[in-house]
Amino acid sequence: MATAPAQPVERENYLNAHYGIRSWLLTTDHKRIALLYLISITFFFFIGGFFALLIRLELLTPAGDLVQADTYNKLFTMHGQVMVFFFLIPSIPAVLGNFLVPMMIGAKDLAFPRINLLSWYLYIIGGAMMLHCILTGGVDTGWTFYTPFSTEFSNTKVIEAGLAIFVAGFSSILTGLNFIVTIHRMRAPGMTWSRLPLFIWAHYATSLIQILGTPVIAITLVLVVAERALHLGIFDPKLGGDPLLFQHLFWFYSHPAVYIMILPSMGVVSEVIACFARKRIFGYTFVALSSITIAVFGFLVWAHHMFVAGISVYAALVFSLLSYSVAVPSAVKVFNWTATLYKGSIRYDAPMLYAFGFVGLFTIGGLTGLFLASLGVDVHVHDTYFVIAHFHYIMVGGALMGYLGGMHFWWPKISGKLYPEGWARLAALIVFVGFNLTFFPQFILGYLGMPRRYYDYSHMPEFQILNVFSTAGATILGVGYLLPMIYFLWSMRYGKPAPDNPWNAAGLEWQTASPPPTFNFDEEPVVTWEAYNYDEIDAAHPEEVSVGG
Amino acid sequence: MRPTPRRCPLADSQIIVETASHAEAYNPALLHHFAEPQQQRDAASLGMWIFLATEVMFFGGLFCAYLIYRLAYFGDFAAASTSINAALGGANTAVLICSSLTVVLAIWAAQTSRRALMLLMLVLTMLFGCAFLGIKAKEYHDKFVEHHVPGASFSFEHEEIPGHPGQYANPHHAEIFFALYFIMTGLHALHMIVGLGVFTWLLWAAWKGRFTPDYYTPLEIGGLYWHFVDIVWIYLFPLLYLIDRHR
Repeated sequence: MATAPAQPVERENYLNAHYGIRSWLLTTDHKRIALLYLISITFFFFIGGFFALLIRLELLTPAGDLVQADTYNKLFTMHGQVMVFFFLIPSIPAVLGNFLVPMMIGAKDLAFPRINLLSWYLYIIGGAMMLHCILTGGVDTGWTFYTPFSTEFSNTKVIEAGLAIFVAGFSSILTGLNFIVTIHRMRAPGMTWSRLPLFIWAHYATSLIQILGTPVIAITLVLVVAERALHLGIFDPKLGGDPLLFQHLFWFYSHPAVYIMILPSMGVVSEVIACFARKRIFGYTFVALSSITIAVFGFLVWAHHMFVAGISVYAALVFSLLSYSVAVPSAVKVFNWTATLYKGSIRYDAPMLYAFGFVGLFTIGGLTGLFLASLGVDVHVHDTYFVIAHFHYIMVGGALMGYLGGMHFWWPKISGKLYPEGWARLAALIVFVGFNLTFFPQFILGYLGMPRRYYDYSHMPEFQILNVFSTAGATILGVGYLLPMIYFLWSMRYGKPAPDNPWNAAGLEWQTASPPPTFNFDEEPVVTWEAYNYDEIDAAHPEEVSVGG
Repeated sequence: MRPTPRRCPLADSQIIVETASHAEAYNPALLHHFAEPQQQRDAASLGMWIFLATEVMFFGGLFCAYLIYRLAYFGDFAAASTSINAALGGANTAVLICSSLTVVLAIWAAQTSRRALMLLMLVLTMLFGCAFLGIKAKEYHDKFVEHHVPGASFSFEHEEIPGHPGQYANPHHAEIFFALYFIMTGLHALHMIVGLGVFTWLLWAAWKGRFTPDYYTPLEIGGLYWHFVDIVWIYLFPLLYLIDRHR
């Protein structure tokens, strides 16, 4: 177990147990697969980020002068598709979830290690198809593939992009399936449902969406591909088909997909806030069940993306009301995190800075979501930069901040090395400032009427100043994302060895070595305590000093 | 001596830590990360059930599309539906129901150590599966000859709507029916082919004597998959073949 001082001879762990490329590409160890995912999604993150950079550069001036209209259409399409399907959806579940779900419940591995490896290969195959599609011309339909444009009129590689996402979707399904079975069947003795870390609850809810939603987008893409290849008429109004049916099927997955991105981040934030406030999380049961509630409600609100698409006004009323209802479990989480902070002994280490960033930005993103859920306001701001700003506050301000916070929090466990805390705090600050400078002006732009997906706004030159702010912010944000990559890589070689529990945190993953042995625990853990028993931990070790403090 | 079965969650008072028991309860089929065979069996079975839930949603999108157009274009769909051979579809339904029976009997044979019966039932299941695909191929061939396959050569001119003499079905709407017919039955047939692959492996494993009354998990979850594919057909058959046959 964990308390021995660092030995001169490195003990065997999952990183040094085997060497060579085969030991990585054929591994069934969930921790190694998590690292494979980490490398691959980072690669796609920077590809998607590159497209974002070009978009922001084009919008620096009102005239469409950097790229042509068709190129711009491809840029925002591929930015969306790469970021959504190849970065955000796999980000926390496939990296941190893969690494931590078995460890947090005291298991040796996920229930189906080979299926876990298969899911990574499916992701890579889908990713390779997407890359090939990008390099040979790309897609211009918008990430939403709306018909009949995608099936009849677009002259770009819709079929290839659709199939790439189809394949990557099965990787997501298999990850979700693996997590659900693991959480049900692999818990250590004494790890009851009410003792599960909230990270696990969040991943359970995420997995539910992955297994129930993803198949629907898969079959929808099959229909789009068939329609485009054979002109069947299923989504073509000219032949009696219904484009709204496509939108319903698409958003049935793609709205809950937002919760695939945000729920795991909420799980990370629950862990981090409890640890750095040194307190039991306030309202454990409510936070746990609100994850499930968000997953369930998330399936009932999809048509709020279609308020101006021509759905019936009665359907719109119902979907508006249901969309408001998602705010309830989301607010439950925010209030419970805030209540956890109350009278806590708060430390401001980098993971906590990201968690603070998450709570604030997610709140703004969530509240502006309510604007969009109300029918009248939505008509005004639909398809404007207001929508862009709203969902980037959720997906970047929320999901990505949570991902970065989690990466910092568990990096000592993953790599066995400490990252440089000062740099990390600086990076967190840069990300927060850069993010707000990028996206807050977009709320104003959208409210004033700047439409999304336009590459030329020379008829409205007064929008330029806000766009300049936004582009400047994006540059700062880019620096904020490069920094962690640099110092994480640096720390793998030069970082100080991490103790087993650098944060003095609760949770089974901290009770084993850093980095953990291949089978996670030298002895099978037995759990007799509740999650987040920080009062007991601090009472037992009053003078324990953390790395940051 | 077998360790006490370890089911989670356990109450604190019931926790039994069996550190040395793994070697005693050695089972060649037990994978390293499971504590005991029951846990492994439960995981496999739950995994298959969850996979089937994803399959329900996968086909569900198609059923949803089908039902919406069937409501919108009922007459055209009825005309298109009466052009497919319900007798062949009915025969296929019978074939699949028989195959489900043989799957169950194969599992029962494994549970009761009847090796020959298990092998026979697996072979019969696969024969039924092949018969289904053969009949399906005949149906597809008929549709191809009649120019009912959606695409450039599709034709559905002057086909009367059942019960409405003199009214002809809209060929575009009929094409939507046939598009959905081919996609739905085609995906189903693809699942049958995958099922046949799985059962080929099961037959090989059964031949090698892998399955005993103590260990027949692959048979059980393979069977679950087979039953699911049957059930999809039980829904497809009336929806696609029997829209308007009662006249």
